[in-house]
Amino acid sequence: MHLEVDVTLVEPPLARPYRKFLPAESAVQYLDSAGGLTESEARYPRPSDDRLVEMHRNMVLGRRFDQQATALTKQGRLAVYPSSRGQEACQIAAAMSLRPGDWMFPTYRDSVALAARGIDPVEILSMLSGDWHCGYDPAAHRSAPQCTPLATQLLHATGVAYGEHRRGRDTIALAFCGDGATSEGDFHEALNFAAVFKAPVVFLVQNNGFAISVPLARQSAAPTLAHKGVGYGIGSEQVDGNDPVAMLAVMDEAARFVRAGNGPVIVEAHTYRIDAHTNADDATRYRDSSEVEQWLGRDPLARLEKYLRGRGLLDDASAAALTAEAESAAAELRAGMNVDRVADPMDLFRYVFAEQTPQLREQQAQAEAELAAESEEN
Amino acid sequence: MPTITMAQALNTALRDALAADENVVVFGEDVGTLGGVFRVTDGLTRDFGDDRCFDTPLAESGIIGFAIGMAMAGFKPVVEMQFDAFAYPAFEQIVSHVAKIRNRTKGALSVPIVIRIPFAGGIGGVEHHCDSSEGYYAHTPGLKVVAPSTVEDAYTLLRAAIDDPDPVIFLEPKRLYFSRADVDLAVGAPLGRAAVRRAGRDATLVAYGPSVSVALESAEAAAAEGHDLEVIDLRSIVPFDDETVMASVRKTGRCIVIQEAQGFAGVGAEIAARVQERCFHHLHAPVLRVSGFDIPYPAPKLERLHLPSVDRVLDSVDRLQWNDSADTRWAVTA
Ligand SMILES: Cc1ncc(C[n+]2csc(CCOP(=O)(O)OP(=O)(O)O)c2C)c(N)n1
Repeated sequence: MHLEVDVTLVEPPLARPYRKFLPAESAVQYLDSAGGLTESEARYPRPSDDRLVEMHRNMVLGRRFDQQATALTKQGRLAVYPSSRGQEACQIAAAMSLRPGDWMFPTYRDSVALAARGIDPVEILSMLSGDWHCGYDPAAHRSAPQCTPLATQLLHATGVAYGEHRRGRDTIALAFCGDGATSEGDFHEALNFAAVFKAPVVFLVQNNGFAISVPLARQSAAPTLAHKGVGYGIGSEQVDGNDPVAMLAVMDEAARFVRAGNGPVIVEAHTYRIDAHTNADDATRYRDSSEVEQWLGRDPLARLEKYLRGRGLLDDASAAALTAEAESAAAELRAGMNVDRVADPMDLFRYVFAEQTPQLREQQAQAEAELAAESEEN
Repeated sequence: MPTITMAQALNTALRDALAADENVVVFGEDVGTLGGVFRVTDGLTRDFGDDRCFDTPLAESGIIGFAIGMAMAGFKPVVEMQFDAFAYPAFEQIVSHVAKIRNRTKGALSVPIVIRIPFAGGIGGVEHHCDSSEGYYAHTPGLKVVAPSTVEDAYTLLRAAIDDPDPVIFLEPKRLYFSRADVDLAVGAPLGRAAVRRAGRDATLVAYGPSVSVALESAEAAAAEGHDLEVIDLRSIVPFDDETVMASVRKTGRCIVIQEAQGFAGVGAEIAARVQERCFHHLHAPVLRVSGFDIPYPAPKLERLHLPSVDRVLDSVDRLQWNDSADTRWAVTA
């Protein structure tokens, strides 16, 4: 990462050492907003064509999944859904930068990242549909439950990365958070712990401009959120979060950097939440439609498509095949969500402790009796 | 038999656990070279290396959140909160994550962390160095809450807590850290078993942690007045040993719960309610509570007034209507 630039060559040792932790002046970018190549030379190797094609597939599937999930809220199948529309490049690049054994720590918004990790969409949405708090097996998928209390999961990522490192494994952890979450104490504690213990963690801040209704200017007075690494002595990078090529290049490099034992990094992805905070939010109360329009013009999916077509890596036929694949995945998701999954009421008592306390045994017996009486009545 | 302090017994428990299982790690603030402000981790870094016992940055939420991640990587973190009143920055991590992760993930993940907290008062501590926070933890499903009252139990219960597959809030009564006893330390009963510390016929005193010695002293004093009191040491608040408590109350027909913590909505209220629900027809008197006042933890010079004293317990013993007709205190006057 940027950290590797050894500025001590041009300055006396120990002079302003913080400088080597300062983020670069500009965000990494490969594609301009229309999807053409930018003039400037990017700082990292461009991902291979194969990976970009894979990224595109994940983005098409991810966007369709997101749209389907939003639709399911309207049908009352989901209590609520925080959309990822516009942030697919961030989430998918993050998921793709990991190896299967690495840990991912998503927030409530990072459903598309979970889908890109290969988790069944029905399981991902199970939390929001009210079945159980975490619908998938976090141990099997090396993906922690989607975290709602802001920034708290960043410490878990730090602990697990350190723990795995202690065991001599080259496992890393990737932790997501939003711009709002960077104000929480746990964000700062996590950066500090990770730095002190040299834990292999990539902190990905998806700066989508708002924490519910509060704009970034009310959240932080720092020049960028990437600057938040400086005080902790960790490297940082800024990236155009709507540029899929740049996102993948930076996340791949970040993963490589922390895996190599250099300690954590923080990556700030500049992006935008196209939809409201959740389906239950009214974004017109706090932002202009012109702003949204402007960001729609930087749509990550359209940019990647234009780039891939220009390079002959995508054509009408392969695009149509992909659309069809996404449609059938959406249909499958709809069907999966329309099945009423029966929750076992006794699960209420099963997972409080490894072994039930006498009190819980009593309460379970009470619930069983109540259920029995209920079914007798019906 | 060696004479040791409770702090030494806890230290031995940590040592033995570190030696028995290489997944056990101890960390927190000043637990390394210094050995902890109460010296419970004394020498552990020296003897086991600073991979096994280490200082962290000064951040309670960080310590607990980090411990959660380490537990996810298969370690068994035993962490120290320096004082009860400084554990609150970590409350979010404890309540939202430590307590819930097994439940949220249907058992796919669990975090068997032991959170050691020097707790309660009686040491004349300056502001924010004493608190009785057991109620907050006991009220949180998914946490076990343990408080030893003897040197022997300090060892046994800490070993049991470390071996337990669930997270345990391990409350160490500050004022007992340097109490001494001649004991052999051994692994013993699992969590969740109360101990009858003194057998008696006339009434049951239920206590835990620092209040057990108050209960025992009260029972001695009451004996001189002809009352034969049974003293139960809960040892573990969660899980709660209904069996031992109820068997005692059914035998004696009277019950007083003693706790240092503020009384309102506290652990004592829970115990009183349980006893009343389960033993109503055996009771000859209302279940009474002797607790601290409902005030923020007082300044050292006034602490004595706040803490349940033997006298206050004996007053309650008097109120247990030894002679129903003679006591009008419970009459509701119009
Ligand atoms: C500790 C905590 N406080 C408040 C909330 C309520 N809340 C949920 S999302 C949110 C805004 C978060 O914004 P940001 O971190 O930028 O992420 P985004 O939703 O934009 O992805 C708030 C305040 C919460 N989940 N956790």
